[in-house]
Amino acid sequence: MYDFQYIRPASVADAVKALAEEDAQALSGGMTLLPTLKQRLGRPSALVDLTAIRDLVGISVSGDSVTIKGATTHAAVAASADVRRAIPALADLASHIGDPAVRNRGTIGGSVANDDPAACYPAAVLGLGATVVTNAREIAADDFFQGMFTTALEEGEIVTAVRFPIPQAANYQKFVQPASRFALTGVFAARFPGGARVAVTGASEGGVFRWAEAEAALSANWSPDAVAGLSIAADGMLGDIHGSPEYRAHLVGVMTKRAVAAA
Amino acid sequence: MTKHDGIGASSKRREDVRFLTGNGRYTDDINRPGQLYAVFVRSEVAHGRIVSLDTTEAAAAPGVAQVFTAKDFEGVGGVPCGWQITDKNGDPMKEPKHPILAEGKVRHVGDPIAVVVADTPEHAKDAAELVAVEIEDLPAVINMRDAISGGAAVHDEAPDNICYDWEFVAENKAAVDEAIRNAAHVTTLELVNNRLVANPMEPRCAIGEYDRSDDQHTLYTTSQNPHVIRLLMGAFVLGIPEHKLRVVAPDVGGGFGSKIYHYAEEAFVTFAAQKLNRPVKWTSSRSEAFVSDAQGRDHVTKIELALDADNNFTALRCTTLANMGAYLSTFAPCIPTWLHGTLLAGNYRTPLIFTNVKAVFTNTVPVDAYRGAGRPEATFQLERVIDKAARELGVSPVALRKQNFIGKDQFPYQTPVAVVYDTGDYHATMDKVVEMADLSGFETRKAEAAKRGKLRGLGFAHYIEACGIAPSSLVGALGARAGLYEAATVRVNPTGSVSVFTGSHSHGQGHETTFAQVVADMLGIPAEQIDIVHGDTNRVPFGMGTYGSRSIAVGGSAIYRSVEKIVAKAKKIAAHLLEASEADITFEDGQFKVAGTDKAKAFGEIALAAYVPHQYPIESVEPGLEETSFYDPKNFTYPSGGYACEVEVDPETGVVQVIAFHAADDFGNLVNPMIVEGQIHGGVAQGIGQAMLEHITFDENGQMQAGSFMDYAMPRASDLVMVNIDSSCNTPCTHNPLGVKGCGEAGAIGSPPAFVNAVIDALSPYKVEHIDMPLTPRAVWEAIHAARPAVAAE
Repeated sequence: MYDFQYIRPASVADAVKALAEEDAQALSGGMTLLPTLKQRLGRPSALVDLTAIRDLVGISVSGDSVTIKGATTHAAVAASADVRRAIPALADLASHIGDPAVRNRGTIGGSVANDDPAACYPAAVLGLGATVVTNAREIAADDFFQGMFTTALEEGEIVTAVRFPIPQAANYQKFVQPASRFALTGVFAARFPGGARVAVTGASEGGVFRWAEAEAALSANWSPDAVAGLSIAADGMLGDIHGSPEYRAHLVGVMTKRAVAAA
Repeated sequence: MTKHDGIGASSKRREDVRFLTGNGRYTDDINRPGQLYAVFVRSEVAHGRIVSLDTTEAAAAPGVAQVFTAKDFEGVGGVPCGWQITDKNGDPMKEPKHPILAEGKVRHVGDPIAVVVADTPEHAKDAAELVAVEIEDLPAVINMRDAISGGAAVHDEAPDNICYDWEFVAENKAAVDEAIRNAAHVTTLELVNNRLVANPMEPRCAIGEYDRSDDQHTLYTTSQNPHVIRLLMGAFVLGIPEHKLRVVAPDVGGGFGSKIYHYAEEAFVTFAAQKLNRPVKWTSSRSEAFVSDAQGRDHVTKIELALDADNNFTALRCTTLANMGAYLSTFAPCIPTWLHGTLLAGNYRTPLIFTNVKAVFTNTVPVDAYRGAGRPEATFQLERVIDKAARELGVSPVALRKQNFIGKDQFPYQTPVAVVYDTGDYHATMDKVVEMADLSGFETRKAEAAKRGKLRGLGFAHYIEACGIAPSSLVGALGARAGLYEAATVRVNPTGSVSVFTGSHSHGQGHETTFAQVVADMLGIPAEQIDIVHGDTNRVPFGMGTYGSRSIAVGGSAIYRSVEKIVAKAKKIAAHLLEASEADITFEDGQFKVAGTDKAKAFGEIALAAYVPHQYPIESVEPGLEETSFYDPKNFTYPSGGYACEVEVDPETGVVQVIAFHAADDFGNLVNPMIVEGQIHGGVAQGIGQAMLEHITFDENGQMQAGSFMDYAMPRASDLVMVNIDSSCNTPCTHNPLGVKGCGEAGAIGSPPAFVNAVIDALSPYKVEHIDMPLTPRAVWEAIHAARPAVAAE
């Protein structure tokens, strides 16, 4: 790890100011960033730790939505009775990210801002049609994720919260990569009065994406049978030692069916 | 007598107190005054010529003491190989030099090129980035078949990349060919035994220290055999005589074979410490371990089993390519030969066996012994081809095995592959595991699983192992450049406590507990009065260390012999003190008694008399009570056992879930059944890790595709089940005093074929004949996916 300045601001405004310095980088758990730095693959001038900002931690439920602030840990989401009541699939998803150490350090803001193509949270954000709230604006999930490790965030922009609409039913099915336990393919399926949403993580070269064909079928008929006959093309799917593009494409179908069955 | 901690007691592991409370003392816990830190600059390409190497900038960086390259090692030996194989033409194997630092060429990703030594690890890392290396890429050979068919040469000395071409038993070749030609049935299987990384919890570490005042070198290192390291490094690499070189291997956090070998890093820190006159420490990162620890397995094999019309095995032929990697690691050449070819009889009466092994150089990390070493490869192919034969012949895999087993009245049994099995009862262990696995209830369980859309399979395997490789005269004839005895000194202290100095090394095995139990049992004193000392060449007698499940059978026997000598001497002293004839002295429960009288002396009284010899038979008996033995076994020991694995396969995803695992082992007498069970659990976990999860592969350029735990899948608790263990079928070893056989590797040997047989059984609706390990979800799904159209068409 190269030397860097460690800054621990107490407010979002101070964090934004600190991030304006050249090569400063936000730290919100560091579950991806710290291993990268340990391997000397990054050289930030400063790390601006967001986790001490009180305004960035907490969960609230109001009527039709659940709002999780940016520096809230996965463990806190997993343990939240409010989340479990409102969107059990979201609490469940959080409870299966990484291991206990990761869940007690990693945060929702860190996860969605990093946009790892195999991360779990982006599937929930996109699958539920959530809104990503930053210090500057609100961004719809459909506009937020722009390919692997690429989001709509501007330089120095901080994810302050994610607001999830409460679905009628939802479920997340993660098929784990055997070594890392990231999603080799994860599918978040949700049912809303206006129709179904299906978001897939881990599978595509383009990062998290919505499977339109399945959404159409499920909007017409919310049942596993509705997607049993569907398949998705292997073109553009990731291929590595754990799964070929064909295998991942196959798993998208299987996991979608299982998510609907379990929702 | 303290039966609660004698032989056969499941005593709690005494070493766990310090391990579980964070008081273990590992090599990296040791820091010497004025210590410097070494960081290796390693090759990022698999094969290349070093065009230029400029260390000027690195040498001038803050805190740097010196930057070393191959130039600093001119006149220093390479890392030696400890075993020479003679090939089929009578020529010695090709043994290219393995330099401490790359000389002109790099031959695998991770090959060390330069070393920066600095005052802090951070300074050393910073400066390592300033070492300017220019490498001209050369074509790399990764795949063994490519390597032996015109691929680029890894070493000029072996233009065809063949280290040796070995035949065994050469005289059987024609007869085996003939038997296979004339067989009623021949089952053929081509398979891969996948390459693994040992991944002990503690990565390697080494500290070199030099004391100018008495020209004394010390190496602290993560080793399974400190004396072997002292011998190899002192005599063959650095030219330091043994009396000037001390090697300490303190607590070691697992080895699994990977810490047997002498590594360049050990020689480096010892060399640099003298050069710089300051201690030099190197600690491997996990990433570095992936490219610098010797790896395991990596065989590509074709096996053919011939049967007569009555399903009796008539011949076996095995053709194997064994990957050596880029250099010969310490014991690499003997793994696919003498630890593999000699086990091909398995538990069976197969009369004719022939194997051809070609050892191949490739531009990959060196390969050497890993838990089981050669024996898992032999067992896997045998137990897989037998299962396949049973399937082809439509007979029960259990019945086919039992029909061909060596009968319990046939011991000692001379196999056609040189070795003589002393004892065993294979029918008993097979019957036991069949009972444990509830074979008769399997169809019901399978039908229940089918209702849930799952495919259930039950697989069996029966293994033979050869532990405690010996005697020295034999292994010498087979090419070993060392003896394979073990040494022990038992020192009775004046007030009756006992210090045992063993050449065995404990790196997780629990020797401090089991060896103390042996001594406690023999001397009739509490185990708490006995200390087991190991891992320091200045304290323990010259010993060969721990690997090949040899510690209790060889190291334990050396302790036994020393205690026998102690008792014999103590009897002479007791006879004098009790004014009786030595022949009338009995020793039982810690008391020396005159037979038929109530006259007695406690063990402690004799110990005191030996060191305070006021009333003493000084004319015929020396004072003191300390004895040393070097035990050289007459034969290997041959543990065996029946294993069963039950799995469920999810045909939609290819996920395999282990439902149950049963092990009925014959380890001879057990010193500590709890520790034995622990060894089985760990061994089975590693075996299932190999069979289901772990795999090192390289891309065409020689880059490792699973170089960290993000991609290299180690078994987790949730991948496994509690192993159901039975030890009721033990047949004691006939040629060592404890009647013990060794249990360290069995689990890793017997479990991969049991697991794979179970999965293939589960996939029988798809007529899948074989899947190469590891049986990952992807591999299983692809096998199902490929079979589906053909099955559907029927």
